[in-house]
Amino acid sequence: MRAARLFSGPELGAGAESFRDHRRRLGPAPAGSRNLIATLETSGLRGRGGGAFPVATKWRAVAKRSRGTAVVLANGAEGEPLSWKDRVLMAVRPHLVLDGAFMAASTVGATQVLLYLGEEHRAAAAAMSRALAERPEPERNIARLVASPNRYVAGEESAAVHFVNAGVATPTTVPPRPYERGVDGRATLVQNVESLAQVALAGRFGDEWYRSTGIDGQGTVLLSLSGAVAAPGVMEVEAGTTVGEAVAEAGGSSEPPRAVLLGGYFGTWIDASQAWAMPLETSRLKALGLSLGTGVVSILPDRACGVCETARMMQYLAGESAAQCGPCFFGLRALADACTGIAEGRSGPAELQRLQRWSSQVRGRGACRHPDGAVGFLQSALQVFWHEFQHHRAHGIQRVA
Amino acid sequence: MATSELAVDRIRCDGSGLCAELLPELIQLDDWGYPMIAGGPVPKHLLPDARRAVAACPVLALALQRSQQAPR
Repeated sequence: MRAARLFSGPELGAGAESFRDHRRRLGPAPAGSRNLIATLETSGLRGRGGGAFPVATKWRAVAKRSRGTAVVLANGAEGEPLSWKDRVLMAVRPHLVLDGAFMAASTVGATQVLLYLGEEHRAAAAAMSRALAERPEPERNIARLVASPNRYVAGEESAAVHFVNAGVATPTTVPPRPYERGVDGRATLVQNVESLAQVALAGRFGDEWYRSTGIDGQGTVLLSLSGAVAAPGVMEVEAGTTVGEAVAEAGGSSEPPRAVLLGGYFGTWIDASQAWAMPLETSRLKALGLSLGTGVVSILPDRACGVCETARMMQYLAGESAAQCGPCFFGLRALADACTGIAEGRSGPAELQRLQRWSSQVRGRGACRHPDGAVGFLQSALQVFWHEFQHHRAHGIQRVA
Repeated sequence: MATSELAVDRIRCDGSGLCAELLPELIQLDDWGYPMIAGGPVPKHLLPDARRAVAACPVLALALQRSQQAPR
């Protein structure tokens, strides 16, 4: 069901909420403290950037290594092509994100706050920049915006740190991870902007309040709904809202659905009949071997072709390899070209064996998880669209959307 | 007793393939010539070959390191 926590307050169409209105509505943000980490821990808040890592655990790890010189990097790069929720959040509720970032800074002992957001997301950047100018001087003095390049991997946390340090938004070999050695060699908390906005509310109203909505007390989540729905867009729902309920909230299906892409380009295709009842909540989905990723729910209509769509997305992911690790650079290219061959009717079922072989060779063999994400996505495509992959010649390329 | 395992820096590795020549028992090449390493501790009798493979890597991408503790 639709919910309004991050999106409570003025109409979203009214644009960014001013600092004055924000403070009047919610009161001042509490200072960061060890207690805040405890609150986040009992609330159960997990990161909303795709990894679903427990927020409290990450903060504690940075606090432990900080020595008062840590860095907070608010991650709003949002390179996922089907995700808009971070830029919408920043455009309408910039002060929630800033509250969370400064609460994080005072909690972990950071002297610098970097607001890392996509260079092409102009409305979000303008809102964040204006919002920062409204903040008190001590906050303004330690924070600045960093425009991230418009690439899929630019939001990966080691890539974000690499970009700030060296101007190159490619992942680096880990360890050391950013929480150990990040921006300028300092312990760095890289946290998605929706996570920070959730912190701004949980820190004000407490863990009991946080857990008072959503399945298993998991609060609310932002979704980016796209594809065959009447009103695509960004929506805040109670955690555990089913795919079908979310689609109904978005005005229902615009045409009969064939499959649902859950989590984004690194996500999973699910047959629409199975997906409809699935609860959009991290732990529930994990129990099903699935991930909410960045909150992407995209509906493939029945008239579209899953093979062609998968081939197109694999080409994108191959093109977005940082080209640093051989198995990712060559492997994803080979997988994408094999998919395209099947989609275009140039190669037959024998190619499917090669897809399996290469998938197993590529998995787990990059410095970052880019190849793993792409292969996981492809495996789900082979499952859901198995019949179509085997018989693709039969219905040919005229069905390419 | 401490055990050792092989680790490859994927960003450095440029697929020369020397490691697989020197230690075929534990290292195979994928279809593009990059090493796929059998996980787990290196058996004692293969340690000399493993050290040779590490030393032969022209870009210092292969390392023999103490078996990792569970990350904290």
